Amino acid sequence: MSSNRSCGITAHSLMLALLAVAAACEMPGTGVASESEPTRTLTQALSGYEFQAEDTQALQDDPFANPGMLWVDQGQELWRDAGSADEPSCSSCHGESGDSMRGVAARYPAYDAETQSLLNIEGRINHCREKHQQQSPYAYESAELLALSAFVAHQSRGMPIDVFIDGPARTFFDSGQSYFYERRGQMNLACHHCHERNVGRMLRGDRLSQGQPTGYPAYRLEWQTLGSLHRRLRFCNVGVRAEPFSAGAPEYVNLELFLTWRARGLKVDAPAVRR
Amino acid sequence: MLKARISAPARARPGEIISIKTLISHPMETGNRRNSLGARIPRNILTEFVCLYNGRQAFRAELHPAIAANPFLAFHLRADASGTLEFRWTDQDGEVTTETRDLVVEP
Repeated sequence: MSSNRSCGITAHSLMLALLAVAAACEMPGTGVASESEPTRTLTQALSGYEFQAEDTQALQDDPFANPGMLWVDQGQELWRDAGSADEPSCSSCHGESGDSMRGVAARYPAYDAETQSLLNIEGRINHCREKHQQQSPYAYESAELLALSAFVAHQSRGMPIDVFIDGPARTFFDSGQSYFYERRGQMNLACHHCHERNVGRMLRGDRLSQGQPTGYPAYRLEWQTLGSLHRRLRFCNVGVRAEPFSAGAPEYVNLELFLTWRARGLKVDAPAVRR
Repeated sequence: MLKARISAPARARPGEIISIKTLISHPMETGNRRNSLGARIPRNILTEFVCLYNGRQAFRAELHPAIAANPFLAFHLRADASGTLEFRWTDQDGEVTTETRDLVVEP
Protein backbone atom coordinates (compact mmCIF):
# COMPACT_ATOMS: atom_id res chain seq x y z
CA MET A 1 0.00 0.00 0.00
CA SER A 2 1.32 3.46 -0.94
CA SER A 3 2.09 5.64 2.05
CA ASN A 4 1.82 8.97 0.20
CA ARG A 5 -1.94 8.47 0.14
CA SER A 6 -2.06 9.99 3.61
CA CYS A 7 -2.04 13.52 2.15
CA GLY A 8 -5.58 13.00 0.83
CA ILE A 9 -8.47 14.67 2.64
CA THR A 10 -11.46 12.53 1.73
CA ALA A 11 -12.90 10.10 4.25
CA HIS A 12 -11.72 7.22 2.14
CA SER A 13 -8.12 8.30 1.96
CA LEU A 14 -8.21 9.07 5.68
CA MET A 15 -9.16 5.49 6.23
CA LEU A 16 -6.36 4.32 3.99
CA ALA A 17 -3.99 6.54 5.92
CA LEU A 18 -5.09 4.99 9.19
CA LEU A 19 -4.61 1.54 7.75
CA ALA A 20 -1.19 2.53 6.44
CA VAL A 21 -0.15 3.68 9.91
CA ALA A 22 -1.49 0.45 11.35
CA ALA A 23 0.30 -1.63 8.74
CA ALA A 24 3.57 0.14 9.40
CA CYS A 25 3.50 -0.75 13.10
CA GLU A 26 5.64 -3.56 14.32
CA MET A 27 3.92 -6.81 15.12
CA PRO A 28 4.53 -8.14 18.63
CA GLY A 29 6.07 -11.57 18.93
CA THR A 30 2.90 -13.15 20.22
CA GLY A 31 1.96 -15.11 17.13
CA VAL A 32 4.39 -17.90 17.79
CA ALA A 33 3.02 -21.22 18.98
CA SER A 34 4.49 -22.18 22.32
CA GLU A 35 4.08 -24.74 25.06
CA SER A 36 3.88 -22.17 27.83
CA GLU A 37 0.72 -20.42 28.99
CA PRO A 38 -0.29 -17.87 26.32
CA THR A 39 -0.65 -14.26 27.41
CA ARG A 40 -3.45 -11.95 26.40
CA THR A 41 -2.18 -8.73 24.86
CA LEU A 42 -5.21 -6.61 25.77
CA THR A 43 -5.03 -5.20 29.27
CA GLN A 44 -8.80 -4.96 29.67
CA ALA A 45 -11.25 -7.03 27.65
CA LEU A 46 -14.33 -5.11 26.47
CA SER A 47 -17.37 -6.67 24.85
CA GLY A 48 -18.45 -5.42 21.43
CA TYR A 49 -21.47 -4.09 23.31
CA GLU A 50 -19.34 -1.29 24.79
CA PHE A 51 -18.58 0.01 21.30
CA GLN A 52 -22.20 0.37 20.19
CA ALA A 53 -24.34 3.49 20.17
CA GLU A 54 -26.81 3.88 23.05
CA ASP A 55 -29.86 3.06 20.94
CA THR A 56 -28.24 -0.12 19.64
CA GLN A 57 -27.42 -1.14 23.21
CA ALA A 58 -31.01 -0.41 24.24
CA LEU A 59 -32.29 -2.62 21.42
CA GLN A 60 -30.09 -5.47 22.63
CA ASP A 61 -31.07 -5.02 26.28
CA ASP A 62 -34.82 -5.11 25.68
CA PRO A 63 -35.66 -8.83 25.57
CA PHE A 64 -38.73 -8.08 23.56
CA ALA A 65 -37.42 -5.58 21.02
CA ASN A 66 -34.17 -7.48 20.37
CA PRO A 67 -34.78 -8.86 16.85
CA GLY A 68 -32.41 -11.76 17.53
CA MET A 69 -35.11 -13.19 19.79
CA LEU A 70 -37.10 -14.08 16.69
CA TRP A 71 -34.42 -16.67 15.95
CA VAL A 72 -34.33 -17.84 19.57
CA ASP A 73 -38.09 -18.46 19.35
CA GLN A 74 -37.69 -20.36 16.10
CA GLY A 75 -34.80 -22.31 17.61
CA GLN A 76 -37.00 -23.40 20.49
CA GLU A 77 -39.51 -24.82 18.00
CA LEU A 78 -36.79 -26.66 16.08
CA TRP A 79 -35.43 -27.93 19.40
CA ARG A 80 -38.67 -29.86 19.95
CA ASP A 81 -39.13 -30.89 16.34
CA ALA A 82 -37.66 -34.27 15.50
CA GLY A 83 -38.02 -33.89 11.75
CA SER A 84 -39.16 -37.50 11.41
CA ALA A 85 -41.29 -39.65 13.71
CA ASP A 86 -38.64 -42.35 14.26
CA GLU A 87 -35.80 -40.08 15.31
CA PRO A 88 -35.30 -38.15 18.52
CA SER A 89 -35.57 -34.37 18.67
CA CYS A 90 -33.01 -32.28 20.55
CA SER A 91 -35.45 -32.14 23.46
CA SER A 92 -35.68 -35.98 23.65
CA CYS A 93 -32.12 -36.08 25.04
CA HIS A 94 -31.49 -32.57 26.36
CA GLY A 95 -34.86 -31.69 27.87
CA GLU A 96 -37.81 -29.64 26.74
CA SER A 97 -36.69 -26.21 27.87
CA GLY A 98 -33.13 -26.36 26.66
CA ASP A 99 -32.00 -25.28 30.14
CA SER A 100 -29.52 -28.13 30.07
CA MET A 101 -27.63 -26.11 27.47
CA ARG A 102 -26.95 -23.39 30.03
CA GLY A 103 -23.24 -22.62 30.04
CA VAL A 104 -22.47 -24.57 26.87
CA ALA A 105 -21.93 -21.51 24.68
CA ALA A 106 -19.52 -20.14 27.29
CA ARG A 107 -17.15 -23.11 26.87
CA TYR A 108 -17.30 -23.66 23.11
CA PRO A 109 -15.48 -24.22 20.74
CA ALA A 110 -14.33 -27.44 22.38
CA TYR A 111 -12.24 -30.41 21.30
CA ASP A 112 -14.29 -33.46 20.42
CA ALA A 113 -12.39 -36.69 21.09
CA GLU A 114 -14.68 -38.78 18.93
CA THR A 115 -14.14 -36.86 15.70
CA GLN A 116 -10.70 -35.63 16.85
CA SER A 117 -11.68 -32.18 15.74
CA LEU A 118 -12.55 -28.82 17.19
CA LEU A 119 -16.29 -28.18 17.22
CA ASN A 120 -18.09 -24.90 17.73
CA ILE A 121 -21.78 -24.75 18.65
CA GLU A 122 -22.82 -24.96 15.00
CA GLY A 123 -20.50 -27.92 14.43
CA ARG A 124 -21.82 -29.67 17.55
CA ILE A 125 -25.44 -29.22 16.46
CA ASN A 126 -24.70 -30.64 13.03
CA HIS A 127 -22.68 -33.49 14.54
CA CYS A 128 -25.68 -34.36 16.74
CA ARG A 129 -27.99 -34.20 13.76
CA GLU A 130 -25.94 -36.67 11.79
CA LYS A 131 -25.09 -39.05 14.60
CA HIS A 132 -28.23 -39.12 16.73
CA GLN A 133 -30.97 -37.91 14.44
CA GLN A 134 -29.81 -39.47 11.18
CA GLN A 135 -30.47 -36.18 9.42
CA SER A 136 -28.33 -34.33 6.95
CA PRO A 137 -26.41 -31.44 8.53
CA TYR A 138 -27.80 -27.95 8.17
CA ALA A 139 -25.97 -25.64 5.79
CA TYR A 140 -23.83 -23.14 7.66
CA GLU A 141 -25.67 -19.80 7.88
CA SER A 142 -29.02 -21.49 7.12
CA ALA A 143 -32.01 -20.09 9.00
CA GLU A 144 -32.35 -23.36 10.95
CA LEU A 145 -28.74 -23.52 12.11
CA LEU A 146 -28.79 -19.85 13.08
CA ALA A 147 -32.01 -20.37 15.02
CA LEU A 148 -30.74 -23.43 16.90
CA SER A 149 -27.35 -21.89 17.69
CA ALA A 150 -29.07 -18.68 18.83
CA PHE A 151 -31.37 -20.75 21.06
CA VAL A 152 -28.42 -22.61 22.60
CA ALA A 153 -26.23 -19.51 22.95
CA HIS A 154 -29.07 -17.55 24.55
CA GLN A 155 -29.21 -20.07 27.41
CA SER A 156 -25.73 -18.93 28.46
CA ARG A 157 -26.52 -15.24 28.45
CA GLY A 158 -24.70 -13.49 31.30
CA MET A 159 -22.31 -16.37 31.97
CA PRO A 160 -18.56 -15.72 31.84
CA ILE A 161 -16.68 -17.21 28.90
CA ASP A 162 -14.11 -19.87 29.75
CA VAL A 163 -12.80 -22.21 27.04
CA PHE A 164 -10.41 -25.10 27.46
CA ILE A 165 -7.23 -24.80 25.39
CA ASP A 166 -4.98 -27.45 26.92
CA GLY A 167 -4.28 -30.96 25.69
CA PRO A 168 -5.44 -31.78 22.18
CA ALA A 169 -7.18 -28.40 21.83
CA ARG A 170 -3.81 -26.64 22.01
CA THR A 171 -2.85 -27.29 18.37
CA PHE A 172 -6.11 -25.73 17.20
CA PHE A 173 -5.62 -22.83 19.57
CA ASP A 174 -2.08 -22.18 18.35
CA SER A 175 -3.20 -22.18 14.76
CA GLY A 176 -6.02 -19.75 15.57
CA GLN A 177 -3.61 -17.50 17.43
CA SER A 178 -1.18 -17.45 14.51
CA TYR A 179 -4.03 -16.55 12.18
CA PHE A 180 -4.88 -13.56 14.37
CA TYR A 181 -1.37 -12.12 14.10
CA GLU A 182 -0.69 -12.99 10.45
CA ARG A 183 -0.92 -10.28 7.83
CA ARG A 184 -3.22 -11.04 4.92
CA GLY A 185 -4.97 -9.56 1.91
CA GLN A 186 -4.10 -6.66 -0.35
CA MET A 187 -4.21 -4.35 2.69
CA ASN A 188 -1.59 -6.56 4.32
CA LEU A 189 -3.27 -6.29 7.71
CA ALA A 190 -3.61 -8.78 10.54
CA CYS A 191 -6.63 -8.97 12.85
CA HIS A 192 -4.62 -7.43 15.67
CA HIS A 193 -3.77 -4.28 13.73
CA CYS A 194 -7.38 -3.15 14.01
CA HIS A 195 -8.63 -5.07 17.03
CA GLU A 196 -5.70 -4.58 19.39
CA ARG A 197 -3.57 -1.69 18.16
CA ASN A 198 -6.34 0.66 17.05
CA VAL A 199 -9.21 -0.22 19.34
CA GLY A 200 -11.59 2.68 19.93
CA ARG A 201 -10.44 4.65 16.89
CA MET A 202 -12.73 5.32 13.96
CA LEU A 203 -12.63 3.31 10.76
CA ARG A 204 -14.80 5.54 8.61
CA GLY A 205 -18.15 5.52 10.40
CA ASP A 206 -17.33 2.57 12.60
CA ARG A 207 -15.60 2.48 15.97
CA LEU A 208 -13.05 -0.34 16.03
CA SER A 209 -13.92 -2.88 18.70
CA GLN A 210 -11.65 -5.47 20.25
CA GLY A 211 -13.20 -8.13 18.03
CA GLN A 212 -14.68 -10.03 20.96
CA PRO A 213 -17.04 -12.84 19.89
CA THR A 214 -19.36 -12.71 22.92
CA GLY A 215 -22.61 -11.92 21.14
CA TYR A 216 -22.73 -14.30 18.19
CA PRO A 217 -24.91 -15.29 16.48
CA ALA A 218 -25.68 -11.58 16.44
CA TYR A 219 -28.20 -9.36 14.72
CA ARG A 220 -26.23 -6.84 12.70
CA LEU A 221 -28.18 -3.80 11.61
CA GLU A 222 -26.09 -3.69 8.45
CA TRP A 223 -27.13 -7.25 7.57
CA GLN A 224 -30.73 -6.68 8.66
CA THR A 225 -30.62 -10.24 9.91
CA LEU A 226 -28.96 -12.60 12.35
CA GLY A 227 -25.54 -13.90 11.31
CA SER A 228 -22.90 -16.24 12.65
CA LEU A 229 -19.43 -15.28 13.88
CA HIS A 230 -18.02 -16.83 10.71
CA ARG A 231 -20.07 -14.52 8.55
CA ARG A 232 -18.57 -11.66 10.54
CA LEU A 233 -15.05 -13.10 10.04
CA ARG A 234 -15.65 -13.39 6.29
CA PHE A 235 -16.74 -9.76 6.32
CA CYS A 236 -13.47 -8.79 8.08
CA ASN A 237 -11.43 -10.78 5.54
CA VAL A 238 -13.16 -9.07 2.64
CA GLY A 239 -12.54 -5.74 4.39
CA VAL A 240 -8.76 -6.22 4.20
CA ARG A 241 -9.22 -7.59 0.68
CA ALA A 242 -8.23 -11.12 1.60
CA GLU A 243 -9.87 -14.21 0.16
CA PRO A 244 -12.37 -15.31 2.84
CA PHE A 245 -12.74 -18.93 3.91
CA SER A 246 -16.15 -20.52 3.72
CA ALA A 247 -18.21 -20.26 6.89
CA GLY A 248 -17.57 -23.29 9.07
CA ALA A 249 -14.03 -23.76 7.69
CA PRO A 250 -11.52 -25.23 10.20
CA GLU A 251 -9.42 -22.04 9.94
CA TYR A 252 -12.34 -20.02 11.29
CA VAL A 253 -13.17 -22.54 14.02
CA ASN A 254 -9.53 -22.37 15.17
CA LEU A 255 -9.69 -18.59 15.12
CA GLU A 256 -12.97 -18.76 17.02
CA LEU A 257 -11.25 -20.78 19.76
CA PHE A 258 -8.49 -18.17 20.03
CA LEU A 259 -10.98 -15.30 20.03
CA THR A 260 -13.13 -16.97 22.66
CA TRP A 261 -10.11 -17.68 24.85
CA ARG A 262 -9.11 -14.04 24.40
CA ALA A 263 -12.61 -13.03 25.59
CA ARG A 264 -12.49 -15.20 28.73
CA GLY A 265 -14.19 -13.56 31.66
CA LEU A 266 -16.49 -11.53 29.43
CA LYS A 267 -20.15 -12.48 29.57
CA VAL A 268 -22.03 -14.17 26.76
CA ASP A 269 -24.56 -11.67 25.39
CA ALA A 270 -25.99 -13.58 22.42
CA PRO A 271 -28.08 -12.77 20.50
CA ALA A 272 -26.37 -9.37 20.49
CA VAL A 273 -27.33 -6.40 18.36
CA ARG A 274 -24.41 -4.86 16.52
CA ARG A 275 -24.15 -1.97 14.11
CA MET B 1 -45.25 -18.51 7.78
CA LEU B 2 -43.98 -15.35 9.39
CA LYS B 3 -43.04 -15.42 13.05
CA ALA B 4 -44.45 -12.69 15.25
CA ARG B 5 -43.68 -11.68 18.83
CA ILE B 6 -46.23 -9.70 20.77
CA SER B 7 -45.95 -8.08 24.15
CA ALA B 8 -49.37 -7.15 25.54
CA PRO B 9 -50.66 -7.30 29.13
CA ALA B 10 -53.21 -10.02 29.90
CA ARG B 11 -55.03 -7.87 32.47
CA ALA B 12 -55.71 -4.17 32.86
CA ARG B 13 -57.86 -1.81 34.95
CA PRO B 14 -60.70 0.07 33.20
CA GLY B 15 -59.38 3.18 31.47
CA GLU B 16 -55.76 2.11 31.90
CA ILE B 17 -53.35 3.01 29.09
CA ILE B 18 -51.62 -0.20 28.07
CA SER B 19 -48.45 -0.54 26.03
CA ILE B 20 -48.35 -2.98 23.11
CA LYS B 21 -45.18 -4.03 21.29
CA THR B 22 -45.04 -6.15 18.15
CA LEU B 23 -42.13 -7.63 16.22
CA ILE B 24 -42.43 -9.74 13.08
CA SER B 25 -39.84 -11.59 11.03
CA HIS B 26 -39.84 -10.23 7.50
CA PRO B 27 -36.99 -9.37 5.09
CA MET B 28 -38.66 -6.09 3.93
CA GLU B 29 -36.71 -6.33 0.67
CA THR B 30 -36.86 -2.90 -0.94
CA GLY B 31 -36.76 -3.93 -4.60
CA ASN B 32 -33.92 -1.46 -5.16
CA ARG B 33 -31.05 -3.80 -4.36
CA ARG B 34 -29.19 -6.00 -6.79
CA ASN B 35 -27.62 -9.39 -6.18
CA SER B 36 -24.01 -10.32 -6.92
CA LEU B 37 -24.90 -10.98 -10.58
CA GLY B 38 -26.44 -7.54 -11.01
CA ALA B 39 -30.01 -8.77 -11.19
CA ARG B 40 -32.62 -6.81 -9.28
CA ILE B 41 -33.89 -8.51 -6.11
CA PRO B 42 -37.68 -8.32 -6.32
CA ARG B 43 -39.51 -6.18 -3.82
CA ASN B 44 -41.00 -8.14 -0.93
CA ILE B 45 -42.51 -6.03 1.82
CA LEU B 46 -45.32 -5.89 4.33
CA THR B 47 -47.66 -3.07 3.39
CA GLU B 48 -50.04 -2.80 6.32
CA PHE B 49 -50.36 -3.49 10.01
CA VAL B 50 -53.66 -3.26 11.86
CA CYS B 51 -54.57 -3.85 15.51
CA LEU B 52 -58.26 -4.60 16.10
CA TYR B 53 -59.65 -4.25 19.64
CA ASN B 54 -62.84 -6.29 19.86
CA GLY B 55 -63.15 -6.03 16.07
CA ARG B 56 -62.71 -2.26 15.99
CA GLN B 57 -59.61 -0.74 14.45
CA ALA B 58 -57.48 0.67 17.26
CA PHE B 59 -54.18 1.20 15.48
CA ARG B 60 -53.10 1.06 11.85
CA ALA B 61 -49.79 1.60 10.09
CA GLU B 62 -48.80 1.68 6.43
CA LEU B 63 -45.40 0.14 5.78
CA HIS B 64 -43.16 1.18 2.91
CA PRO B 65 -39.86 -0.07 1.40
CA ALA B 66 -37.75 2.17 3.66
CA ILE B 67 -38.90 0.30 6.78
CA ALA B 68 -36.10 -1.94 8.10
CA ALA B 69 -36.32 -5.72 8.12
CA ASN B 70 -38.24 -7.36 10.97
CA PRO B 71 -40.52 -4.36 11.67
CA PHE B 72 -40.95 -3.44 15.34
CA LEU B 73 -44.02 -1.39 16.22
CA ALA B 74 -44.96 -0.11 19.66
CA PHE B 75 -48.13 1.79 20.52
CA HIS B 76 -50.62 2.45 23.34
CA LEU B 77 -54.30 1.60 23.80
CA ARG B 78 -56.88 2.58 26.38
CA ALA B 79 -58.29 -0.59 27.97
CA ASP B 80 -62.06 -0.07 28.24
CA ALA B 81 -63.53 -3.56 27.80
CA SER B 82 -62.48 -7.18 28.11
CA GLY B 83 -62.03 -8.94 24.82
CA THR B 84 -59.60 -9.80 22.08
CA LEU B 85 -56.73 -7.92 20.54
CA GLU B 86 -56.15 -9.02 16.96
CA PHE B 87 -52.94 -8.16 15.13
CA ARG B 88 -52.86 -8.41 11.33
CA TRP B 89 -49.90 -7.90 9.02
CA THR B 90 -50.66 -7.80 5.29
CA ASP B 91 -47.91 -8.25 2.71
CA GLN B 92 -47.77 -6.83 -0.81
CA ASP B 93 -49.52 -9.90 -2.23
CA GLY B 94 -52.39 -9.64 0.21
CA GLU B 95 -51.22 -12.50 2.41
CA VAL B 96 -52.25 -11.94 6.01
CA THR B 97 -50.49 -13.06 9.19
CA THR B 98 -52.73 -12.91 12.24
CA GLU B 99 -52.09 -13.17 15.98
CA THR B 100 -54.55 -12.69 18.82
CA ARG B 101 -54.24 -11.96 22.52
CA ASP B 102 -56.95 -11.94 25.16
CA LEU B 103 -57.30 -8.95 27.44
CA VAL B 104 -59.22 -9.01 30.72
CA VAL B 105 -60.34 -5.60 31.97
CA GLU B 106 -61.52 -5.41 35.58
CA PRO B 107 -61.13 -2.96 38.44
